[in-house]
Amino acid sequence: MNIIVLLKQTFDTEERISVENGKVKEDGVRFVINPYDEYAVEEAIRLKEANDGTVTVVSIGPSRTEEAIRTALAMGADEAVLADDPALFGDEFTAAKVLAAIIRPRAYDLIIGGNQAVDDGSGQVAVRLAEELGIPHISTVTKLTLEGNQLTAHRDAEGDVEVVTATLPALVTAQQGLNEPRYPSLIGIRKASKKPLTHVTAADLGLSSEDLEPRTEVTEVFLPKPKEAGRILSGDLSEQVKELVQSLRSVDKVVG
Amino acid sequence: MATEAGQLAKGGAFLIETTSEQNVFTPEDFTQEHLMIADTTRAFVEGEVIPNAERLEHQDWDLTVQLLRKAGELGLLAADVPEAYEGLGADKVTSALITENITRGGSFALSHGAHVGIGSLPIVFFGNEQQKQKYLPKLATGEWIAAYALTEPGSGSDALGAKTTAKLSADGKFYVLNGTKQFITNSAFADLFVVYAKIDGEKFSAFIVERGYEGVSTGPEEKKMGIKASSTRQLILEDVHVPVENLLGEPGRGHVIAFNILNIGRYKLAVGCVGGMKAAIEAAVSYAKTRKQFQTEIANFPLIQQKIADMNIRAFVTESMCYRSTGEIDKQLHGIDDHTDGQTVAKAIAEYALECSVQKVYASEALDFVVDETVQIHGGMGFIQEYPAERMYRDSRINRIFEGTNEINRLLIPDMLLRKAMKGELPLLQAAQGLQQELMGMLPQPDTAELLGEETHLLEMAKKTFLFVGGTAVQKYMQSLKDEQEILADLADIVIEIYALESALLRAKKTAARGKSADLQVAMVQVYAREAFARIEAKARNILAAMEEGDVLRTQLAILRKLTKFQPVNAKVQKRAIAREVIEAGKYLA
Repeated sequence: MNIIVLLKQTFDTEERISVENGKVKEDGVRFVINPYDEYAVEEAIRLKEANDGTVTVVSIGPSRTEEAIRTALAMGADEAVLADDPALFGDEFTAAKVLAAIIRPRAYDLIIGGNQAVDDGSGQVAVRLAEELGIPHISTVTKLTLEGNQLTAHRDAEGDVEVVTATLPALVTAQQGLNEPRYPSLIGIRKASKKPLTHVTAADLGLSSEDLEPRTEVTEVFLPKPKEAGRILSGDLSEQVKELVQSLRSVDKVVG
Repeated sequence: MATEAGQLAKGGAFLIETTSEQNVFTPEDFTQEHLMIADTTRAFVEGEVIPNAERLEHQDWDLTVQLLRKAGELGLLAADVPEAYEGLGADKVTSALITENITRGGSFALSHGAHVGIGSLPIVFFGNEQQKQKYLPKLATGEWIAAYALTEPGSGSDALGAKTTAKLSADGKFYVLNGTKQFITNSAFADLFVVYAKIDGEKFSAFIVERGYEGVSTGPEEKKMGIKASSTRQLILEDVHVPVENLLGEPGRGHVIAFNILNIGRYKLAVGCVGGMKAAIEAAVSYAKTRKQFQTEIANFPLIQQKIADMNIRAFVTESMCYRSTGEIDKQLHGIDDHTDGQTVAKAIAEYALECSVQKVYASEALDFVVDETVQIHGGMGFIQEYPAERMYRDSRINRIFEGTNEINRLLIPDMLLRKAMKGELPLLQAAQGLQQELMGMLPQPDTAELLGEETHLLEMAKKTFLFVGGTAVQKYMQSLKDEQEILADLADIVIEIYALESALLRAKKTAARGKSADLQVAMVQVYAREAFARIEAKARNILAAMEEGDVLRTQLAILRKLTKFQPVNAKVQKRAIAREVIEAGKYLA
């Protein structure tokens, strides 16, 4: 059984975000495997351990992404592909095109990604990829079982559970609760440095400039306004209501 | 004389040589593998140890053992065990990083440290093939937990004064051990004890004693001031029959094992202190950022900032020193082909016995300083158990006592130096004589064009100061210098200050040479160098005043003044800037 894991390297969720010159500052920041992708890696390794096969990690990102990939390899993935050519960086649209171009020529049964990345939180790349590849997808999965080529997934549907089945090859995205990712062991870490990591460029993938043209544009990057102290209204009830309506209209402009 | 990149430095040589920054290992040199191992250790501590802190503090030994086994599964007990015995045979930087990061989980680190360090290493280094095969795989995985039994009720610092006896049985198959060992870490649950006893009451030797042997028992748990998550009891040996094949090393050569293990215990203790300091800084900064007085977070007050800057600087210096010497040990070991021959490995480490003592003293006192300020920043809350500051303060104190008290280590430092000089391993006396000439003429001036040029000059002058007062003391007292403990301790302090300052200075220079931003490191060194230098000057004056008087003293003080001229920096402004960065980051920064 061949499993492909989609992995993105993101800021550690405990890092403070600061914006400088319209960009998020990366100096001295600790990067980690996107936590949702970590569930994906863990699930893939568990399936591999139960069914034999290989786990391949595929990622798009600058060369620092190698650190996250090595961690996944240390956890137990077998090999990795990294698209670190800046020509391949774009938005969700281009990411799906690039991943599809990397994955299409490979033999695979199952693709697992994170439900979303904690940095931009779009939640689009994996499902777009499924469309590109023409395979079914199940998103926000909290439980996954496999029998033959039949997949049964519990998906988190806004607090309810939906049980969905699919036939391999298929793509699923991992939601919190799917599993408890392991720590890479020291032996795993040592082995990881010897596992194959392939770098791919735009030239390797033969994508058209059309495919690599982002469909979205970031026009501004800013931090949320710091939360201001609340205000407790006083006076009798009708006065409070009046003041509240007045505030909602003028101060916070919640009501037009 | 200067050492260049790749060249091996002799232990203690830093006092008379100029070391190139390219020839020191720094935390900026960690490989990706090192960092990943540190991450795994941290994840283990944050995921498994810290959530259980309360139960561990209340001495749930089953849980301690369970967590040690879990650490074993991850490989966190295997770093120092050779691959041939199911270990990792990792470098010492790896094992130091594990030690540093484990410390974040409170005194569970003691259970871990006693097992992987003083418990397992005597067998790693001095066990014979059969002993290694029998015990090391069990210790590397955590199937068995080890403990180390040297101290006795009547012999602490005077370790060789042990009263525990071993007597060969009539059939020659067993040694019969009798005696009581004191303060044995891990004793509640250890499966194996490395025990020192005197064969026929004379030959100091080490034995591997299994818990299951008849006559082995432990006393009640000691009620300690701190490190409560670790077990400390007496080990009682009553007619314990230890098979002769469990004699570790040669009969009568136990002191070689004991001293080597102490060296390692010391440098590991120092690395652990680095982890403790980082955790304390996080706790202090986080509190200072939330606690408001006079309508503002106390982190905004310059006196709190000054404390935070001092804490960060102290941690930076200790970290620089610890990884420098760990890297040095790794370089020594790199030259050894056969790592399964533990005695060669122990010897390579023994080359740096002086540095091990230096950093044990410095790190334990730096940690005490940092946790003390952590409590102070917490104000009244620092005195209440609800916040970790209170536990950190209590836990820190023992570090100045075990692995050789700081007093014993201070006395050892000049003693080791003199021995090296007498054996011709270190041309200290020649250097001191050379200095006499130099002092007559003009002393070199700082190269202010160079990065940290003034601080480099201060370091050079500090070394000359040491040679000057040290040389004078040796000339004056000769053999009886050993009775002048106050002077020896002051000399040791100068050596410690020099090694600490040099390590921090070289690290900042190396970072700058790498083209990375070294502004923070440079600022820390600028401030620290002057503070350390002032302390060195004070100690030197103390020593001179203790030896001479009248005109001789006046002449010597004039020479000292010539050596100790320096320009101050605006430490107030520098420390505010350093603190600002640490406060913003919310953690130790370098």
